[in-house]
This record gives sequence, structure tokens and C-alpha cells, in this order.
Amino acid sequence: MKPKSLAELAEGVAGARAPFALQGAGSKRGLGRPVVAELLDLSAFNAVIAYEPEELILECGAAARLKDVQGLLNKQGQMLAFEPPDFSALFSSKHAGTLGGALMCNLAGPRRLKAGAARDHVLGATGVNGTGEIIKAGARVVKNVTGYDVPRLLAGSHGTLMALTSVIFKVMPRPETENTLLVPCGNEASAVALMAKALGSSCEVSAAAYVPGQGVALRLEGIDVSVAYRRAKLATLLEAESQVLEAKASASLWQAVRDVTALPCQPSDCIWRISVAPQHAPQVIAALRQQFAFTFIIDWGGGLIWLAHNENQDHAAAIRAAASPGHATLFRASEATRATAQVFQPLPPALAALTQRVKQAFDQKGQFNPGRMYPEL
Amino acid sequence: MLVMPASDRQVLARRAEIAGALRQLVAPSHVIDSPVALKPYESDGLTAYKQVPMLVVLPQTVAEVSAILAYAHAEGIKVVPRGAGTSLSGGALPLEDGILLGMAKFNRILETDFENRCCVVQPGVTNLAITKAVETRGFYYAPDPSSQIACTIGGNVAENSGGVHCLKYGLTTNNILGLEMVLITGEVIRLGGKHMDSEAYDLLALMTGSEGLLGVITEVTVRIIPKPETARALLIGFPSSTAAGQCVADIISQGIIPGGMEMMDKPAIHAAEAFVKVGYPLEAEALLIVELDGPQAEVDQLIARVEKIARANHAQSLRISNTEAERLAFWAGRKAAFPAVGRISPDYMCMDGTIPRKKLPEVLEGMAALSRKHRLGVANVFHAGDGNLHPLILFDANTEGELQRAEEFGADILRLCVKVGGVLTGEHGVGVEKRDLMGEMFSETDLGQQLRIKCAFDTQNLLNPGKVFPVLHRCAEMGKMIVHGGNLAHPDLPRF
Repeated sequence: MKPKSLAELAEGVAGARAPFALQGAGSKRGLGRPVVAELLDLSAFNAVIAYEPEELILECGAAARLKDVQGLLNKQGQMLAFEPPDFSALFSSKHAGTLGGALMCNLAGPRRLKAGAARDHVLGATGVNGTGEIIKAGARVVKNVTGYDVPRLLAGSHGTLMALTSVIFKVMPRPETENTLLVPCGNEASAVALMAKALGSSCEVSAAAYVPGQGVALRLEGIDVSVAYRRAKLATLLEAESQVLEAKASASLWQAVRDVTALPCQPSDCIWRISVAPQHAPQVIAALRQQFAFTFIIDWGGGLIWLAHNENQDHAAAIRAAASPGHATLFRASEATRATAQVFQPLPPALAALTQRVKQAFDQKGQFNPGRMYPEL
Repeated sequence: MLVMPASDRQVLARRAEIAGALRQLVAPSHVIDSPVALKPYESDGLTAYKQVPMLVVLPQTVAEVSAILAYAHAEGIKVVPRGAGTSLSGGALPLEDGILLGMAKFNRILETDFENRCCVVQPGVTNLAITKAVETRGFYYAPDPSSQIACTIGGNVAENSGGVHCLKYGLTTNNILGLEMVLITGEVIRLGGKHMDSEAYDLLALMTGSEGLLGVITEVTVRIIPKPETARALLIGFPSSTAAGQCVADIISQGIIPGGMEMMDKPAIHAAEAFVKVGYPLEAEALLIVELDGPQAEVDQLIARVEKIARANHAQSLRISNTEAERLAFWAGRKAAFPAVGRISPDYMCMDGTIPRKKLPEVLEGMAALSRKHRLGVANVFHAGDGNLHPLILFDANTEGELQRAEEFGADILRLCVKVGGVLTGEHGVGVEKRDLMGEMFSETDLGQQLRIKCAFDTQNLLNPGKVFPVLHRCAEMGKMIVHGGNLAHPDLPRF
């Protein structure tokens, strides 16, 4: 089904006898458990509905391409502050995907530390629930507590709650410039300690990552005079040799971290996305190093580990044991692996049951992306 | 008049037995049932509505909360959670046949973790206490609702509280990492933690701002951030609200996100100046306070940029703070705006709508017309950066009919906010105050979807019923529901 209007989508879903696999641009089909169902192609919902730079508001079709949206914002000196990654290299897809897709996967780039993820910037969403009802949540204002926060609930729901047709996001001014301090560092323990020191200072570090072989990267953004001032202050604070990357080099380093192209791996490798308390990261790496061979990079000051290992191995249990009480997602793997593996973090029974009830509140018949996140969801 | 869910006579008749049962679950002195001791709990910050609860229970541990809720669930007894009781929307208004679950004894900071930049706290810890606990190391907790000396973090999560700094630093929802909560069944659920992303659905986001209808919060992990190096403010008088509004738009268009940006209209300026005498420009039609925070070098340059923008927008007067004392003086009038208005009027009612900022002149004009229609004065304070408007309606409750006129005026203002593309509430919550206006903003289907979320958490509708939603059918019956302007389609049907 490829609806052209909200009404057509609602009618199609209401009258459907079998479930759908939802798709915006199809850029992240490789993420999540495979869904065997009729394609619900939402790509027609790709128009920019309203962009009001002085109100910091962007409303557009859920399938509006990220590249188009970013181009539009760029012209006005604005951006999506959550820095949505472009996973086209990771998933061998043709493009970076859509804004609705970024919300559904709750994407976030290196600025997660300071600015949050897609969930922190979404203000509204319109679409159809599993029974074909048209649901409108949120509004074109940046501050709103009227009723439950449905737009944020949709973040990270991977198309299992609603078929989205439009979204409203808060946009922010783009920093005038950026610099990165690159500090040589030989191991993850000292890297995370260094990042904590930088992030605990008033230098307003907007991104902090450790790329083995390169060292610790600390990004400063803002107006020229401020970046220069903080760069000097941070260098003094860290008491370590460092190299300065000016705007262009800085941007390309962070793009590689954001899009995970900085992670050395084979195209067939399994890739894990591990979310932990920042100080926990070195222990996770150390524990896993004793068990199998892998490559990794660390972002979010330690809070995010990207880990790659050989495709013919199953290390899920070891990774999840090491990451607890954080969690791990098998972000990339072959379709066969994803069909049988626990791709998303298994939930404790009470939370799993609650999650199931929330799913049913939107999609009682299980029409949308059945099994995408969990076999029973 | 406010219609609350009908009291369950059978539950009321069992009051003594229920008190006895609760005394088996918590220390006997933590169950309050004497009329005198119950009286202080009869209302929250929205004092227009009062109801003495059937019983108050003050649990001390998560196990006690779980046991109380499991008992209430098994017995079909309603429960209203309460933090410090500072809600301005009646979120903690008790029920005649309900247990009021006071979380005041959950008042400990469990952990300050500077390395992971977070704090683990119990829900009864006050908002300001978190900042106090971490400021010696140069950190603070960013959301700062005006009631921060009294309001608790549990209540902040339930209401998704804001404050004057949220355009730059976000609301409560952007500043918490984890929660522990108890469902009405007594099940204990943990969401998030010290890590940044949620495991599956973002139930942390759903819980934030759910106004005590979905679960009882028993622990919160909040983000703490390093304090900005410095802060300076500008105090700018404008000949019109249109000029002030354009100045705000220009500041943002030029890529500046101030730490705080507040506007006051003429009646609010006069009331505040009469109260605190800090030299607010009395000739101005609109006053703007713009605060820039961050590294010294950055703040100095941005102050100069904002000054230039203000002058281009016909600023009549402009002062820049050069000392911390001066900066605080600029804020003193704004921070005292509510009590200041309280001095010039026997009573006032504080509203809380959000509008697209560019609609401000239109809304202020509409409000002036409504002021004439309802024959009541109004003063406006405005979180200008994020479009959150707080009209203060002036009235005298001792004058026959004025309270009712004030309520009608308030409802008309919120309808106007919705009409221009805004929302009923930006930070105070729906509670009981705006409950009957939900139909103005949401369609039946939208409300039905929200009610099904409620059912996923609380099938018997026992947790804080009568708040947020105009009417609640049994979850099992939920199909279409008719709601418009709070007029129920079948007023004779039982509601609960």
C-alpha cells in the first residue's frame, strides 16, 4: 500500500486484514528484527509543511529526507541539534533516511551529551494508529504539557505504535564555528577519565569521544571568541599535549564518529550499540576483551560504545551481562541473525508486560511492524 | 463548578477498616485519619478547589508504596499521589473517597555522582535541594520552576515542570535519565538509569508530565550540568509589545539562545515596581529581561549583539547588568510578579497557555477585549523565548460572581491560545483546572488514544481519577467518547 493522503492511509489501515511493514525511505531496513508483512510505503508524506526559523519550528512530512531538511535549515543558519547520524554506509543504503525515521529510531549524534536525542526535540506528530484512527499529538510550540507526551513516546518505537505522516521538531541555531581538541590517549580507562574531567568543566564541551589509535576528541562550538577562549581554558585544565582541529577537520572527525564510519570493521561484521553510564564503559570493554576479539569506539563521554565483532559469533549474552544495568542493541547483523537473535535488550517481565499493553493501546491487532522489536510485540 | 468522580459510598463506609488495613502496611502514625490532621491536605497550590481526603498515608519505603497500591488495587480504592502540593492546576486535589498518598518522607538524596554527571534522589527531595547538594563542585540541576524552594522532584517529573531557563536548558523531560515507579498493581518498574537512552519504548518520556495518572514515582535519576562561568542580563523597555516581540524574534533569528528571556506588560511592570522598587521603566508598554550565560568572553559579545538588536527595535530604555547584584535586581521584579499582583488585587488567577510567539500582539489584543467583556483586569508575564504566557486575572472572590467571571475569562484566554495554534498549558499541567477544556484542543479520537494509554497502566482508573481527562469510561467499554467543551453527552451515566 502506498497512500497519498492521511485519509487514504487511515482508510487503508482500518480496512486491512493483514499487518504491514512500515517504510519511509527504507534506509534502515537492516535495523531491527525482519518483518514479514505487506509493505506500507509512506514515502509520499515528504513535503515541508511549515518552517519558521524565528519560532524555531519545523513541521514536515514524516518521510521528508534528512538531507533535504538539513539543507533547508542550513540556509537559515539552523540545524537539528540532535545531529541525526547518516547510517547509509553502515547499512549499505542509498541515503540517510527520513526525519520520521530518525524519530522512530530515536537517533542521536555526538551532541547527545549536551542537546539530547530526537526525543528531546520532537514537538508533535500526526499519523494513524493500528485501528486506522487519525491521531494528532503535540503542537507547533516549544513548550507544552497538555495531555500525555505522545510524540516523545513514539521516539524509539520503530514503527510499532503509529504510521506517521507528519512531525514537528524544534530546531536550533547552528554554532558559528567549531574546534576539536585531540588528545593522544592509549587506553579507554584514561580516555573516559579525561572526558569526565572535560565534561565536568564549564568549558561547554559539546561532544567527547575516544577513537582508539587517534585519542580523545573534545568538541567546542559557538561564536569564534568563545571557542578560542574555551579552547585555551580546556587545554590548560587537561594538562596534556593536544592537537587542535580547526572547523573543517573537526567537522569531518565528528561526522565519522556520528555515522560510525570511524569504527574499523568488515562489511559483514555484527555491530552493537551499547548504552551505559559513562564511567562504566572501560569495565565493559575490559570484561569483553577477555572473552572475544572486537573493535570499538566510544562516544558520549563513555555513554555510548559502538562495538564490532565477526559475524559468525554469538556474544549477545556476554555483551549484555557486561553492559548491565545499561543495555545493548544488535544494531547491524545479517537478516538470518536478526531473525533469531534478541536484537533489542530483553526486558524484565513487568516492564515487558507494560510495554505490550502500551503497544495494544495504539495497535490492538498488531498491524504495525509485528516482531520488529520483540517477537511478541 | 468542578465535577469530580462520584464518591463510592461503599468505600466511604469502610473508612475505619481501610485505615486499620493501612496501619498494617506502614507505621500506624503514618496513617492520618483525624479531621484536624487531614485539613492541611485539602488543596494544593490551586486553592480555589478544596476537598478533604478520606485518609492520608505517608509511606517511607518503596515496599510500603507497593503494598499500599496493591491493597488499593485489590479493594478498588482510589489513590491520589502528592509531592509538596504546589501544583497550580489542582493535580494533587484529594478525593472524598480516596487515599492521599503523600511522598514527603521520600526526602533523601541517595547519590551524587559527579563523574557520570547525575544524581539519584528520592521523589520528595525539593528541586532546589538538588542544586544545593552539587553546587560546591560547580554543578546544578537546570530546570528551575518558580516554586523550586518547595516543589519536589517527583512532582516536577509528574508535571514536566519548566522554569525561566528551559528554552536553552530544556524541561524536566530533557533533564532526567531514570525513574523507579510503582504501578497501581504494586509492580515496581525501573526505567533508564545513569545511561542516556531507554531500552525500548520511551516510557520515561511518557511518565514525565503524566500528572500522577500512570504510576507513583519512587526514585529519580537527574542530569546535573556544570554551572555557566558567568551570567549577565539586559533590562529593556519598549513602546509596544509588538516591538518587544520583534526583538525576541530577531534575537533568536540571529542565532542567540539566551539563558532566560522574560517579558512583562505594563500592568505587571507597575505592580512589580511598586512592590520591589528596582527601577523598572514605568513608561514602557513592555519590558524584556534577556539573560546571557556562558563563558565571560561569549557573554560580553552576545550582550553587545542583543543591545544592537534591541536598539534597532526602538528600545526606549536599556540597562545592562555589570555586577551580580544588578543582575539579580533586574530579576527581582519579575520573580516577585505574582505576589506583586497579589498586592494590587484581593485575588488573582494565574493562567498558563503557550502560543506561537509571533501571535503575541494578536493574543494581547484579544485579551484586552476579553478583559472588557468580563470586566476584570489582567496583567501578563511571559516566558518570551518559548511562548509560554502567564496572564494573571485580577478579581475579588468576596464580590458576588467575580470568581465565576474570572474562571470564564481564564477559559476564554485558553481558547484564544488554542485558536492561534497554541496549547492549554505550557508548564502548569492540566490537572482539574483545564480538564474540561481538553475537548477544545483534542478530538474525540485523540482523547480516546490518550485514555487507552491510561488503561494500559491502570485498567480500573484508580490512580488520580478526575484529573486531566474530562470523563473516563471503563477501560473495557472504551470506544468512541463524546467530549466537547466539557459537556458530557450522558451526564446521568456513572463516572469514575
